[in-house]
Amino acid sequence: MSEEQPTDGEQVSADRGRLSRRRMLGLTGTGAAVGAATFAGGLGIGRATAAEPAAPPTGTSRTYPFYDAHQAGIVTPAQDRLHFAAFDVTTTSREELVTLLQAWSLAAAEMTQGRPAQAEETSYDSPAADTGEADGLPASGLTLTFGFGPSLFRDAQGKDRFGIADRQPKELKRLPHFPSDNLNPVRSDGDLCVQACADDPQVAVHAIRNLSRIAFGTAEIRWSQLGFGRTSSTSKAQTTPRNLFGFKDGTANLKAEDTKDVDTHVWVGGQDDPAAAWMTGGSFLVTRRINMHIETWDRTSLREQENIIGRDRPHGAPLSGGTEFSEPNFTATGRAKEPLIAMDSHVRLAHPTTNKGAAMLRRGYNFTDGNDALGRLDAGLFFLAYVRRPSTQYIPMQMRMSREDTMMEYVQHTGSALFAVPPGAKQGGYIGQNLFT
Amino acid sequence: MSRRTLSLAVAALVAVGLSGCTSNEPTKDSSSGSGKLAVSSTTDKCELSTKEAPAGNLVFNVTNKGTKVTEFYLLGEDGLRIVGEVENIAPGLSRDLVVRAPAGKYFTACKPGMVGKGIRSDFTVTKSDANLEPTGDDKVLADNASTQYGSYVKDQTEQLLTQTTTFVGLYKSGKDDEARKLYADARMHWERVEPVAESFGDLDPKMDLREADLEPGQKWTGWHRIEKDLWPPKSGYTKLTPTERTTIADQLLKDTKTLYTRTRTAKYPTDKISNGSKELMDEVATGKVTGEEEKWSHTDLWDFQANVDGARIGFEGVRPIVKKKNAALDSSIATKFTALQKLLDKHKKGTGFKLYNELTPAEIKELSTGVNALSEPLSKLTAAVTL
Repeated sequence: MSEEQPTDGEQVSADRGRLSRRRMLGLTGTGAAVGAATFAGGLGIGRATAAEPAAPPTGTSRTYPFYDAHQAGIVTPAQDRLHFAAFDVTTTSREELVTLLQAWSLAAAEMTQGRPAQAEETSYDSPAADTGEADGLPASGLTLTFGFGPSLFRDAQGKDRFGIADRQPKELKRLPHFPSDNLNPVRSDGDLCVQACADDPQVAVHAIRNLSRIAFGTAEIRWSQLGFGRTSSTSKAQTTPRNLFGFKDGTANLKAEDTKDVDTHVWVGGQDDPAAAWMTGGSFLVTRRINMHIETWDRTSLREQENIIGRDRPHGAPLSGGTEFSEPNFTATGRAKEPLIAMDSHVRLAHPTTNKGAAMLRRGYNFTDGNDALGRLDAGLFFLAYVRRPSTQYIPMQMRMSREDTMMEYVQHTGSALFAVPPGAKQGGYIGQNLFT
Repeated sequence: MSRRTLSLAVAALVAVGLSGCTSNEPTKDSSSGSGKLAVSSTTDKCELSTKEAPAGNLVFNVTNKGTKVTEFYLLGEDGLRIVGEVENIAPGLSRDLVVRAPAGKYFTACKPGMVGKGIRSDFTVTKSDANLEPTGDDKVLADNASTQYGSYVKDQTEQLLTQTTTFVGLYKSGKDDEARKLYADARMHWERVEPVAESFGDLDPKMDLREADLEPGQKWTGWHRIEKDLWPPKSGYTKLTPTERTTIADQLLKDTKTLYTRTRTAKYPTDKISNGSKELMDEVATGKVTGEEEKWSHTDLWDFQANVDGARIGFEGVRPIVKKKNAALDSSIATKFTALQKLLDKHKKGTGFKLYNELTPAEIKELSTGVNALSEPLSKLTAAVTL
């Protein structure tokens, strides 16, 4: 990738000519004025006087441009809330599918700027163009990220569905069965996906609701997942949050600021797959619903919990010593020459040095979907990871972890999907345009 | 099946002395009345925030401010007896050492680099109102628990070997009805000592792997492979040929013999026994009460009962120690074992139990609630027996 990568949390367009105005719009919040007039005040104005903000924008006023070289919602500093939805395409018409992607792109461009999904006037005697529950709310950093599942290209019998089968990326296949997987098919896979991230759950849910409404007749929701409490940091400006096991999660995650690593591990390159050149600048998204056995974990001694993770709980420091961001020393030994970081600990098995240098950009979320029939919390981590090549990054790593990671005793993977996330749309264009033209 | 026990087995091996007190858990016990004692360990210094403390539960918060992995000890007046120790504190990290200390003279010692006698200082524990019963005979109690549990494991693995020999014989010769009858009973001997069997990481996957736990291309052997062949799904399944049966059966017997040999000499410190009890109930909570363990035969309640048996034996072994140190915990665990057994007894049928798929959702919920009620106090057992 030759395009300039974002150097801070703000999504910066590769097109410098259009950059300044759009960026200004985003920062001042005036772009959000139509849908959220009350918010375009103080915060935004203060911001506008700063020529180059050093830190990523924070607070609910932040907006990210929809039209960009890469889709927003990947290296964007992880927002606090998630509504993720996977769709089944119900039409057989390629034209209708393209029309949907065009309509989704337009609506996404509006909503991410804090405006209603559809701007056009409607009759008093017809339903409103926007469902209305986000009226008056700021953009809240909303990003909408779209992806295509393998089943969009070929049906279960291998038949080309929309004349795009020859362009299916070779990396886009159903994920294999991993040991201990207990997948629920109605929580797995899908033809299309939309990841809505925002700092306000109402804003994220509003976005999925309106996109879903636009899709009726062409596509319908197959499964969706709400998430709270981001479980990773995608920017160095963010503190490391905790997962439901109470441990800091995402300390060693790829960060937007590490542009070289992001180029190497996240963005699909122009030569990666000539038959699927439309994916250049895109990425692959792995989603896994990981249920946690919260109750048994909570009965486990702190000693054992820390040994399973390989880090201490208060600070997230590796058990080989140091502070949270100290590199783990896997050769350090303690009494009886036992490694300080256990051989089957999570941090060791997930570390790039254990995985031929493979890394990924995670932006998972905690979830709690009430409780199960036995009164246990139906809770865990909704894992989202962006990788350039699932076959060398996610798959071998998860295979090793499912086999050896002691943490597997406390988790169960209950949903699974892989999507191809195309590059961003150009102004006036739509998501996935290069696939269909 | 569980992999968790692997690391525990290691932890148990490095634990020094059965009275060694290496808990990381800060205690809520207020008998010491004085919060945590701060210890700063550097390359050449071992500084304590105070030189004395009242008798009771003492919490030393040891921070490694040096560059080498360190350890901290509380030693008796003779400078030899280890009252408590905390090991493997990497640079930058903090660990708590919780010890129950009666009045007297002690030494503290930091051991940067984990070599030598350590950097020692005098430490005094003054008289207090804390109720500290004599603990001198703890070692005897712990040794007794260890010996008893060792005998139990030996006995169970011996019966497992006998029953498995019969079982694979029936299976190989195509006597499926008789094999099905013996399956659940034979497995109970495995399930009673599951944490021990699982501590051998090479054997457990070969003997007890469920189909869902397989990875692509992995060969499936062990009890559950035979289970599926004896209770085959109605469609889409091809029964194993006599040759394939022989291979699978011989492998299970061979692995059982290896387990038998290894358990003749294995040792069980008290923390391993008490952790084993907790783990057995975790097994019930995640696999048996959900019907995931015996997917084809539905004999989950046999496993359930065996796990409870194993947990109870472990608890009874360390009971004299718990009774002395935390009578309330002891009675809570005992009461809840009885209550859970009553719930299980409701589902007894002949010499065995109802099948899992004969239970109503309400009955399953009731069992699950009973498991939770027991598991909660049981999770505090290890801290109680090691402090």
